[in-house]
Amino acid sequence: MQIPCPWCGLRPLDEFAYGGDATKKRPTGKRQADTSAWVDYVYIHDNPAGRHREYWQHVGGCRSWIVITRDTTNHAISKAELAPPDSRGGRR
Amino acid sequence: MRYSLSSIIRNAATGHKHWPKVWRNPEPKKSYDVIIVGGGGHGLATAHYLARNHGVTNVAVLEKGYLGNGNIGRNTTIVRSNYLCPENSQFYEHSLKLWEGLSQDLNYNVMLSQRGALNVFHTPAQRDAAIRRGNAFSLNGIDSVLVSREDVKKLAPLVDCSPNARFPVLGGLLQPRGGSVRHDAVVWGFARAADMRGVDVIQNCEVTGFRIEKGQVRGVETSRGAISARKVGIVVAGRSTLVAQMAGLKLPIESHVLQCFVTEPVKPVLDTVVMFAAAHFSIVQSDKGGLVFNGDLDGYNSYAQRGNMSVVSGVAECAASLMPRLSRLRLLRHWGGINDMTPDGSPFITKTPVKGLFFNGGWCYGGFKGTPASGWTFAHLIANDEPHPFASGFTLSRFETGNVINENGAGPQPGKH
Amino acid sequence: MSGQSNRLPSGGLIDRTRVISFTFDGRTYSGHPGDTLASALIASGIHLVGRSFKYHRPRGIYSSGSEEPSALVTLGEGGRTEPNIPATMVEIFDGLVARSQNRWPSLSFDLMAVNSLLKPFFPAGFYYKTFMWPRSFWYRLYEPAIRRAAGLGTVAELPDPDSYEHAHAHCDVLIVGAGPAGLMAAQAAARAGARVVLADERAVAGGHLAGESIEIDGRQCADWAQDLYAELSELENVRLLPRTSVFGRYDGLTFGAIERVSDHIGADTPNLPRQRRWTIQAKQLICAAGAIERPLVFEGNDRPGVMLARAARNYLNQYGALPGRNVVVAANNDDAYLTARDFVDAGADVTVIDGRPQEIVTGSALLADGVDVRFEQCIAQARGKMHVSSVRLASVDGTGESEIGLPCDLVCVSGGWNPTIHLLSHCGGRPRWNERIASFTMGKLENDVQAVGGAAGTFDLQKSLHEGVAAGVSAAKACGAKPSRTVTAPSVDKLPSYGVQALWRALDSVSKSGAAFVDFQNDVTVADLEVAEREGFGHSEHAKRYTTLGMATDQGKLANVNAIGILSELLGTPIAETGTTTYRPLYTPAALGTLAGQRQGHEFRATRHSAMHAWHEKNGAVFTDAGLWLRPYYYPREGEDFAAAVKREVLNVRSAVGMVDVSTLGKIELKGPDAGTFLDRLYINSFSKMKVGRARYGVMLREDGMVFDDGTVTRLAEDHYFVTVTTANASPVMQHMEFCHQVHWPELDVQFCSVSEAWAAMAVAGPKARDTLERIVQGIDLSNEAFPLQSVANAKIGDAFVRVFRISFSGELAYELYTPANCGLGVWEAIMEAGAQDGISAYGTEAMTVMRTEKGHVAGPELDGRTTADDLSLGRMMSERKDYIGRWLAARSGLVGEGRIQLVGIKPVNVGDRFRMGAHLVNAPGAIGPDVSHGHVTTSVYSPACDHFIGLALLKNGRNRIGERIFVASPLHQEIVEVEVTHPVFVDERGERMRG
Repeated sequence: MQIPCPWCGLRPLDEFAYGGDATKKRPTGKRQADTSAWVDYVYIHDNPAGRHREYWQHVGGCRSWIVITRDTTNHAISKAELAPPDSRGGRR
Repeated sequence: MRYSLSSIIRNAATGHKHWPKVWRNPEPKKSYDVIIVGGGGHGLATAHYLARNHGVTNVAVLEKGYLGNGNIGRNTTIVRSNYLCPENSQFYEHSLKLWEGLSQDLNYNVMLSQRGALNVFHTPAQRDAAIRRGNAFSLNGIDSVLVSREDVKKLAPLVDCSPNARFPVLGGLLQPRGGSVRHDAVVWGFARAADMRGVDVIQNCEVTGFRIEKGQVRGVETSRGAISARKVGIVVAGRSTLVAQMAGLKLPIESHVLQCFVTEPVKPVLDTVVMFAAAHFSIVQSDKGGLVFNGDLDGYNSYAQRGNMSVVSGVAECAASLMPRLSRLRLLRHWGGINDMTPDGSPFITKTPVKGLFFNGGWCYGGFKGTPASGWTFAHLIANDEPHPFASGFTLSRFETGNVINENGAGPQPGKH
Repeated sequence: MSGQSNRLPSGGLIDRTRVISFTFDGRTYSGHPGDTLASALIASGIHLVGRSFKYHRPRGIYSSGSEEPSALVTLGEGGRTEPNIPATMVEIFDGLVARSQNRWPSLSFDLMAVNSLLKPFFPAGFYYKTFMWPRSFWYRLYEPAIRRAAGLGTVAELPDPDSYEHAHAHCDVLIVGAGPAGLMAAQAAARAGARVVLADERAVAGGHLAGESIEIDGRQCADWAQDLYAELSELENVRLLPRTSVFGRYDGLTFGAIERVSDHIGADTPNLPRQRRWTIQAKQLICAAGAIERPLVFEGNDRPGVMLARAARNYLNQYGALPGRNVVVAANNDDAYLTARDFVDAGADVTVIDGRPQEIVTGSALLADGVDVRFEQCIAQARGKMHVSSVRLASVDGTGESEIGLPCDLVCVSGGWNPTIHLLSHCGGRPRWNERIASFTMGKLENDVQAVGGAAGTFDLQKSLHEGVAAGVSAAKACGAKPSRTVTAPSVDKLPSYGVQALWRALDSVSKSGAAFVDFQNDVTVADLEVAEREGFGHSEHAKRYTTLGMATDQGKLANVNAIGILSELLGTPIAETGTTTYRPLYTPAALGTLAGQRQGHEFRATRHSAMHAWHEKNGAVFTDAGLWLRPYYYPREGEDFAAAVKREVLNVRSAVGMVDVSTLGKIELKGPDAGTFLDRLYINSFSKMKVGRARYGVMLREDGMVFDDGTVTRLAEDHYFVTVTTANASPVMQHMEFCHQVHWPELDVQFCSVSEAWAAMAVAGPKARDTLERIVQGIDLSNEAFPLQSVANAKIGDAFVRVFRISFSGELAYELYTPANCGLGVWEAIMEAGAQDGISAYGTEAMTVMRTEKGHVAGPELDGRTTADDLSLGRMMSERKDYIGRWLAARSGLVGEGRIQLVGIKPVNVGDRFRMGAHLVNAPGAIGPDVSHGHVTTSVYSPACDHFIGLALLKNGRNRIGERIFVASPLHQEIVEVEVTHPVFVDERGERMRG
């Protein structure tokens, strides 16, 4: 498998580390979020047979975390982008 | 027909023309007491024990394709019970005890071969971790022996025990009762035994939906029509997420590909199962002579039942380095199984939020060795609506409370276990 | 030496001017350059080459390629012993040693052949029905016997002395197979300007053309192929890989291949690897892998002397070796008539048995009048013990009389051809039944994949050549090449059409289906398939598993399609519904050593050394592995054992001064106005308010609330931090930080970088540490007042820049010094010299463990991924005033309530007792059960300060049990020791020494 890094181009699988489901938003806010939101975020991941949005890091290259869209039934990659922010933090 | 010495001789004399079908090929009925979704090892074991232990025989096992086409036929066939967490160790020890009597119970030789399972360690830190585990096994009544480097040499002469090895061997932890089983025979034996007790084992019958009314399961939709039942068990490791989704369940499971490898057959050269702490690598020689091994997960979600080349070279590096005499032995074939990976590395045998719907899955690396106990405890859960004490920790709710069963200490990413 | 009795006087691609001698089973034979072991044995009149797996039936050479199921030999000796190699793929060289396998005592007299007498008891699946009574006999008797019978060859007794390497190739177009279609495709793609890799598993290019007597463009086809290959070798944009088997296709047109670099040379080749593993990355694949001929299934079809029809003429034409003089050619297609013609031309007596009706046969036109051709007939049985001596014929429909005894010494069979589509289905493509050719071909291929020639089911040479050209051009275009010179396919002899008509087995009431083999190597017969079908294992996947069909070293290349055909007859279902055949890598087996490449032996994994490694070595350090690092474990002096050395090292630190190499720590440098905020969110404690010039211990959690890592966080400037992380977590922590920054909090203005390798680090500890350092550290006042605990400053030692941190893991007055890696050794030596008068000595990781245990500091064994900060008595560090990774899930009921394991100390009740790490804590000796263990000893050391063993332990509700007496049990060692539960700090509880 080769992964198209948005910075480095098509690079071999061995240069990348997997980071899992990229559809989740990390719970934010200053109050104690309820536990089930955190359980959902940490433990319940998207696991489709088909297109999967997932994090990868180009550890053996530019070190960017990227999000790729990959079909889990045949490993074909249809999209790759730099990882967008998963929360609307803003400067605090 | 029961298999016995006399039936063998009788059939040999008549050219084996009179062996009956090993299981019937029934049409699905309209209704059953229990439907088991999934005709793999665990599903068939569940049906067998439902009938044998609980007298529940009005049972259908529904299999999408042919029996045993999933992970039961795609593993390295190793059995052992040396698990650290108490929930796991009592479960897998029960499983090993069932393995030990399974051929007799099923009247089908599953070719259990208890030649020992050896964990080799290389550093003082790995030794200390092995001692911790070994003592945990011993205190749970599981056989466990700490062995020296000299013993490793004797038990597995293939292993490079020289001080010049990149990771010199320090010693090992042996479970003498560990070993291997002929995996396909497990499917066929359970299917035959369940069938003989009246269970309908139905192939080519894909479940396409669940009928749920007011939070109670009423049956399933299949490619061969609707079938009703007030109790339904899902046992489809490898496709758990997809099947559970049809019942509206979201599971803490990721599907990952684990590759297995077999070499050309050679004369006996490795008696025990050997696992190495230097790398995620285990190896066993089959009764046909092939060396069977596996390594790491490929590491990304997959349903493709095949992996990539970095794992291929990775296991070859382990084999050639840890057992240098294997360098010229040739790898014959490799294939992938889809592992249900969970956030703590332990399985689920549990009720679900839907009444009458039960779930069994999330087996990570333990699916094959857990087959009999999985069937035993899942049958208990389905028959009694109460978890079996040996599987009571395997709930979906353990992540809410934090009472996880974390066998190797890795974080909540399923692929890291 | 035996003569080459079956060598023709001329012809073939062998160099008759040179003679090569080799041995087989200890006898010396001769051949010529260009010969394979198989062709040389045939030329020498040898037919019996091996024994089958189960029944030990005598077997000969069945094919001329990598699909060979029978003629497997062991090559080489000692560490070069190589089992299960097909003789058909071995190029001979002077001194080659080959042996037959799976026989005892000898190949021609194999006592294990007794197995075949028990055949009535050994149908498919017999294991599962038997060997169960009495129960104990299984593991005492039956199973060991089954195991002993396993396997074919034997693995080497010694490690492999040869070397291997791994190479990468990138290309536009990968062409697999240098036969007619592959050669044309390569020429067309290359001339269009594409970068081409052309791989073929054989030594000689041309595919089957190397063994045909056909004219192309008016020349012998083998010469045509050689010339074209030579032309390609001149092109800069073409890489030719002969002797290279492309064994697997992986995602995204990544291919694995094995090149046999020097196997065929034989002599010592110190500058060449034995084999090379290629990773080939292509943009387009053209599969031109040809096709594999199918056996015919009849009783005795495994006898030596029965051979695939094209293989037979291959031996004749390519090697000038005559495998028989009295030849029966049995077929269901027209290709086999070329074999008949070539054998007639070579002077053999030939009879053709064709299963088809005469009206559809075209091949017979090739034969001169007078050649005996019989239509609608098949072989029912081949006879002869060690070599075929006659065949019995029958009509194909199973009716009518059979003819007895047609004498022969060679039976050439052709049951049709199976396209070699393995590579095309490795990535999930499903083969489909193709009625036209009575075999499986691929359905629709992906856009970047093409199949041509035999691999596409095209069995017409002229058409194959055209397909090759077209595929080469279109692949090159798809890669952006602009064809300028056109390539046209040459014209060839008019050859008979293929005209296959499926013939799955001889239907003959007299023959025994128990000796009609479908899978030769694994001895799977028609009778086995019948038993499987009868018992309900008729699904092709069940039948394969039940009978072991297709699982031999040839992976069913010859057997699978015939088996599906036979099953479809048994089941009465059309083939398309009976099943298909899926192919998994590897196409041909590959040596583990080759797959490993250079990463084996000492190069299995990198070995990491710190900058001071040479000093450690010179000073007698015993090393221990820590991940990839080698770290000094202890430094024994003359006459000291482990315990004595460690004790001395500890006492020296506690009484004078010692130094330890801590370079393996992970180090991360952070800069930016938000660096402090960033760290606050990562660690359970706060750093944004820490003063510049200060250092503090920090702990971070995983998202699930468990402790992830610990280390020191230092503030070097308002916007500049430096953190250390544990050796094991150096890279996971860095990835975690990058994820947090890039994904969670990209709004934070912070940059960071791993500097683990850039800095050498050492800790100088002991009451005289200050004295030592004051002599050489320039630029800071090290006095307690000016530089108290947790201070940080830049300084110099000689010309070397150093960062000096006053922090202590040992509990003594201590400093950590960080210096650029290239200064590490110099600084270390300077400190050693400066401390000589204070009695400085180096200490290793074990002494460090002893001292951290005495101080109750946690490390790897306690941070095992299952412990919370509170379990480790670090709960008070968990800030209530900020959000940080893991905060909320750490508060779950199961992680805070009653029954958690907690960090405690333990000491023996009887001071002389010792206990060990990994022992468990129990209330009473002897009990067994799931609740017996209350925790375990994470660390245990002999404490010189206490003069007895001490330990750290994780004990259920431990903090409430201080003062209790319990037991430490190590059933593995049959040890049980009574201990007292204590606070986890054994030395200097108030921390005065490190503040002094």
